[in-house]
Amino acid sequence: MPVIEASELTKTYGELHAVDAISFEVTPGESFGLLGPNGAGKSTTMRMIGGTTLRTSGTLLVNGLDPEVRGPEVRANLGVVPQQDNLDVELRARDNLIMYGRYFGLPYSYLRPRADDLLEFAQLTEKSNEKVDNLSGGMKRRLTIARALVNEPRILLLDEPTTGLDPQARHILWDRLFRLKEQGVTLIVTTHFMDEAEQLCDRLIVMDHGRIVAEGSPADLIRRYSTREVLEVRFGSDRNAALVDRLRSFADRIEPLPDRVLLYADDGERTLEAVRKDGLVPLTSLVRRSSLEDVFLRLTGRSLID
Amino acid sequence: MDTNALAYSGRAPDPARQAALVRRWGWWYQAELRLWSMKAYWSSIIGTALLTPLLYVVAMGIGLGSLVDATSGGIDGVPYLVFVAPGLLVSTVVMSATNETSYPVMAGFKWGRQYFARATTAASPAQVAIGELLAVGLRLLGEALVFWLVLVVMGAVEPTWSWLMVPVAALAGMAFGTPLAAYAATLEDEGPEFASIQRFVVMPMFLFAGTFYPLTTMPIYLQWIGWISPMWHGTQLARLFGFGLPLGGWEIVGHLAFLLALVGLGGWLAVRNFGRRLAR
Repeated sequence: MPVIEASELTKTYGELHAVDAISFEVTPGESFGLLGPNGAGKSTTMRMIGGTTLRTSGTLLVNGLDPEVRGPEVRANLGVVPQQDNLDVELRARDNLIMYGRYFGLPYSYLRPRADDLLEFAQLTEKSNEKVDNLSGGMKRRLTIARALVNEPRILLLDEPTTGLDPQARHILWDRLFRLKEQGVTLIVTTHFMDEAEQLCDRLIVMDHGRIVAEGSPADLIRRYSTREVLEVRFGSDRNAALVDRLRSFADRIEPLPDRVLLYADDGERTLEAVRKDGLVPLTSLVRRSSLEDVFLRLTGRSLID
Repeated sequence: MDTNALAYSGRAPDPARQAALVRRWGWWYQAELRLWSMKAYWSSIIGTALLTPLLYVVAMGIGLGSLVDATSGGIDGVPYLVFVAPGLLVSTVVMSATNETSYPVMAGFKWGRQYFARATTAASPAQVAIGELLAVGLRLLGEALVFWLVLVVMGAVEPTWSWLMVPVAALAGMAFGTPLAAYAATLEDEGPEFASIQRFVVMPMFLFAGTFYPLTTMPIYLQWIGWISPMWHGTQLARLFGFGLPLGGWEIVGHLAFLLALVGLGGWLAVRNFGRRLAR
């Protein structure tokens, strides 16, 4: 049985269709991603799963239960990592975990050792008695994730888990999330970072303007919507646009951006060679593998991060 | 650490049991957190609770009181200190309620956003609202108790019945605090609202609602300020218990009903507004 089943799920705010009749399922133990730019409806979808945003129409079941009707039962199975940290900043790190656990009816005798285990998992044992105000952004984020695990949820909802973190902090966090996945926890992740989606997600939906524009595994989506490689060339911002027509014959598809031109081809190096032979010498060039960013560009004509 | 135990230790009650407990006790967990986090500034709470009555009693009761007693022989047949003490107790607690239900509630939605964290637990928005108000009520009881003890020590009240001023003061505080908490829960941004309430509601109430002199000494067109003030209704009841101010049975019922109705209305609105804000 799927742990989450959404059918024609819709949320409107006045005229705005924040989430527009989307349907998807998540199976137990899966790592499921919602990828899209800001305002695509990812966070709204997440909040509807937790029952903290009420849907306008459609059906939604979490472990077979409607979160709007059986909120406490649904949320007792969920760990929620919100987009904005909302830790109790005046409390110490360890007390944040213990007091949050109280809201699941958990006794202190369970919570005290649990808090210590979670602090170790989050690499925050040293900071156990530190006030949250004094922790760095990455530490706060890890503490928020530790807090979400206090009730041993089978489903973890992570809304933009690494936004605002430096690369090292992101990698530490990804590693922690992998370990949870290995233990069978279902991860549901929203992100507008393609590398994060590629790292973390078995399967994802690409969202734009409240709708699902594509669904599949990262590799599958790249195969379907892009070429194997991408050649990025820059001729200077005044010449890029003028050369687009001449470049078109060298690639399967071409994507002119303000600062560079993307040429989609299976062999980037050979394409570059052909371009040079034609007498076009780019100021800089780069051959890389296709990513979810390219998929998104193909599907929507825009980049993920504006 | 056994990393396998991280996702499932086998020690936590199963989710259905967690949910059942929270459906029953969720309101208490919120009160527990709010009271527990007061631990950090415990000494300043006690210090303020002790110092406020001391300052008031010395300034109003003894300073101003000696003047009043010398010229008019007291008010309502008792020395001024005895007359003014219940009013000072009630108004201090109402003002404390104002502090506890304005900025802290806004902070929970706007700055620290902690209420949104509660909403992701098994607890419901209604339980969060009720627990928050309960914690404020308990704190007011504690502050009123300290105030009353100071009054007893200073000889401003007889201990036999006057302890009933303690719950009366907390009730008056909640009669103002619950509607204010409900209102604070609707504010999206910090504006002049709380400062205006302080200036145009709390201050006039403190000065014109019979704390320092009987309401009846005011011209009739100003007495309505007292009639609609939780402070006045609370003060009248506190005077009944403090020095036996003669009140008729219906007057007592009227004062109590007014305060209880405001607590009920404010509580209902707070539950509704917390719900709207935390699940929309």
